[in-house]
This record gives sequence, structure tokens and C-alpha cells, in this order.
Amino acid sequence: MTGSALELLQPHLLAFMGKGLLVTLRIAGLSILLSFLLGTLIGVIRYSRQPVLAPLAGAYVEAIRNSPLLLLILFCRFVIRGLRPVDAVTLAMTLFTSAVLAEVVRGGLNSVDRGQWEAALSQGFTYMQTLRHIILPQALRRMIPPMVSQFITVIKDTSYAWVVGVEELTGSGMIILGQYGSTAQFFAVFGFIALVYYVLCHLLSRLARWQERRLLWLSY
Amino acid sequence: MDRFAWFKWQALLADWELFAGGLARTLTTSACALGLALLVGTILGVLGTAPWRVARAVNRVYVDLIQNTPLVTQVMFLFYALAHWKLYLSTFAIGVIGLGIYHGAYIAEVVRAGIQSVHRGQLEAAFSQGFTYVQAMRYIVLPQAAYVVLPPLTNQAVSLIKNSSILAIISGWDLMHTGDSWSAETGYYGPAYVLVWAIYFLLCFPLATWARRLEERIARTRGGEVKPA
Repeated sequence: MTGSALELLQPHLLAFMGKGLLVTLRIAGLSILLSFLLGTLIGVIRYSRQPVLAPLAGAYVEAIRNSPLLLLILFCRFVIRGLRPVDAVTLAMTLFTSAVLAEVVRGGLNSVDRGQWEAALSQGFTYMQTLRHIILPQALRRMIPPMVSQFITVIKDTSYAWVVGVEELTGSGMIILGQYGSTAQFFAVFGFIALVYYVLCHLLSRLARWQERRLLWLSY
Repeated sequence: MDRFAWFKWQALLADWELFAGGLARTLTTSACALGLALLVGTILGVLGTAPWRVARAVNRVYVDLIQNTPLVTQVMFLFYALAHWKLYLSTFAIGVIGLGIYHGAYIAEVVRAGIQSVHRGQLEAAFSQGFTYVQAMRYIVLPQAAYVVLPPLTNQAVSLIKNSSILAIISGWDLMHTGDSWSAETGYYGPAYVLVWAIYFLLCFPLATWARRLEERIARTRGGEVKPA
């Protein structure tokens, strides 16, 4: 096979890769958003030391964190019925990422001095008010770096979707390679895929550093 | 629940040797890949703290490129690229190389942070005693860094065991692939996935818990903590 890499510069192929990228962004965006909410909830519950809920949250976190994401994706795809493949992947990534983020949230909350609780409660704040206005804002700044590195992991892990047949970025590239399979084309396609992931991950870490600095400003 | 019917578990039990083989493949792959990742990571981590700009640039480019692209893409690339070069390696070898390269980048960051946690004076003292840079690293700095990097390294090992499931996408007959193809053949997804989950959990949970305890102990005794960047 001796096709030139330039053969790949056709509008319909670029559009096809663009569609794949949108699927990647959709899975990543939804998973990040949903797991941020669910992860914060689970993290706060585990931190709260509630008699029944906290151990349940702990069991959830450990059960999920200590097994591969791929297993959860396959589980959601094949054991749970009636979900579209793309939704099964989004669900699996949300469940998985929530467990990781819950630990980040708990770690951030633990890093805030317990004296802050006593001070706020003694001023007449309720439990929820203390958490919302005193503890979480202080914990948030320490949570941002590990959270963002997890979000970057989410973007990268969307590539597992191809395993269950979702045509995201990597999958689209593989499909194109089925037709344009010369060595030059192979390197061009993989180079392009890698570049897109690289740019996405970099943009996210840039955004996080900027946000971190802004929060630092606001805290003065 | 019919998805977890008793006869399906019995079928699973009858084929236990298949899963034992998958587990063995997961363990050998993880062990070899961890060895390679430690080698790559230590060398690149040391380069990252070296006094030469080129060495630090090599570290930055490697870590940056590997950490910002997916493992799936890297392994698929390796799998097909080698074939394009008429180089046919076993899926086991591809898994070891792919995982070694990927986790090498993370371990490089762990090692770099560990070296930077050792006081600079140690290096200067070693130089003043006539040690070369490599000797000072080998005999003075790395042994001291080894203790503080143990928890994050263990976490990397846990992450590597989980990521070894990547073998499933190149038909590597590891635990994940065994579970997946057995259940595709029989249609008994439920029991197979539960068993595979339980085995991964038994491998990862004790390691992760040990790492956390050790980290807490080091934080207490040293009054500081070391985390991979």
C-alpha cells in the first residue's frame, strides 16, 4: 500500500474526524459535569461520618476505584440493557470518575482545619451553612489541581469508548485507516489523533492554572 | 435476577482454569511492565532534576507527550506501527512496552518530586567529598528519595494493574480479555464481570490501602508529604 498522506485531506474525511471529536467532547463533557456533582456529594457524605451513609459511600469509592474503568464500561454496555453504547460509556465514566473525585473532595475537606468548624458553629452557622460558606470555599482551592488532572484523565479515557464500538476520535481514525492504510497515512492519522488529545489536555490544564490563580486573587 | 442465575455461576466455575490463566497473564504483564516503567521512570526522573538543560528538556517532552495522550491510542499505535515495520511482537510484549512507556512518564514525575524532596545540601556534600553526579545520585540522593516515593510508586503499581486491562483491546488474553470473551461466547456477562471485578479488587485494594497508610506515616514523621505532580 503506497497511498500518500495528502489523500487524507478530503472534506468528508475531515468532517468524519470532526464528528468523532464531537462524540469525544460530548462523552468527556457530560462525564466531567455529572461526576463533579455526584463526586462532590459522595465525598461530602464520606467526610460527614454519618453512621450508615458514610460507610456506604466508602464502599462505593473503594469498589470502583480498585477495578479497571474498562470493566465498568463493559458492564454498563452488556449487563445493563436498553442503553445506547454512547450512553453506557458516559454512565460508566461518570460512575468511575465520581469515585475518584469523591476522594479528592474528601481530601480537600480534610485539609481544612477542624477549628474552622468549631468557630463557625459557635457563631450560629448551621451544618450546611458552615459547609457551604466556610469549609468548601477553603477546600476548593486545594481540590483544583487533582481534580483537573482527573478531568484530563477523563478526556484520555474516552478513547475506551471505541472498544464498545462508539465512533469517537480514536474510533473515527481507526475506521479511516480501514480504507487508507498505507504507512504514511497510518502515521498521519495517529499523529493527528494524538495532537487533538494533546491540545485538549493542554487547554484544560492551562485553564485550570488560570482559574487557580484567579481564586488565589479572590481569596485575598 | 436472571442475569445472575445460579447455572451461570456453575458454568463459570467449570471454566475456572481459563480465568486462572487470565489472572496469570495479568500478573506477569503487570510485573514486567512495572519493571520497565521503573527503569524508564527513574532514568527520566533523574534527567528531570539534572543540571543540564538538554536533560531536563528530554524529561519535559517525554512526560508531556505521554501524559497528554491516551494509553488506548498509544497501545493501538504500537500494535499497528510495529506491523507496518514488519516487526511482529506478541501481544504480551506490546502490552509490557506500552504500559512501561506510559507509566514510565508518571513514575518519572514521582521520582523527580522525590529527588527534589531530598535537601540540596546532600548533593553538595557529596560533591565536596569527590562524588561524581551519577555517584551522588546513586549512593546519596536516590536511596533517601526511595522512602518518600514508595507510596506514590505503589499507587502507580495499582494504576498499572488496572491499566493492564488494555491487553483486552489487542486480544492479549489477560483477565479482562478472558472475562470479556468468555461472556461474549456464553452470554453470561453478569457472573463473569463480577468475578473479574473481585479479582482486580483483591489485587488493588490491599496495595492501595497499604500505600495510604504508609503515606500518612511518612507525613507524620517528616511533617511533609510528597505527591506526584
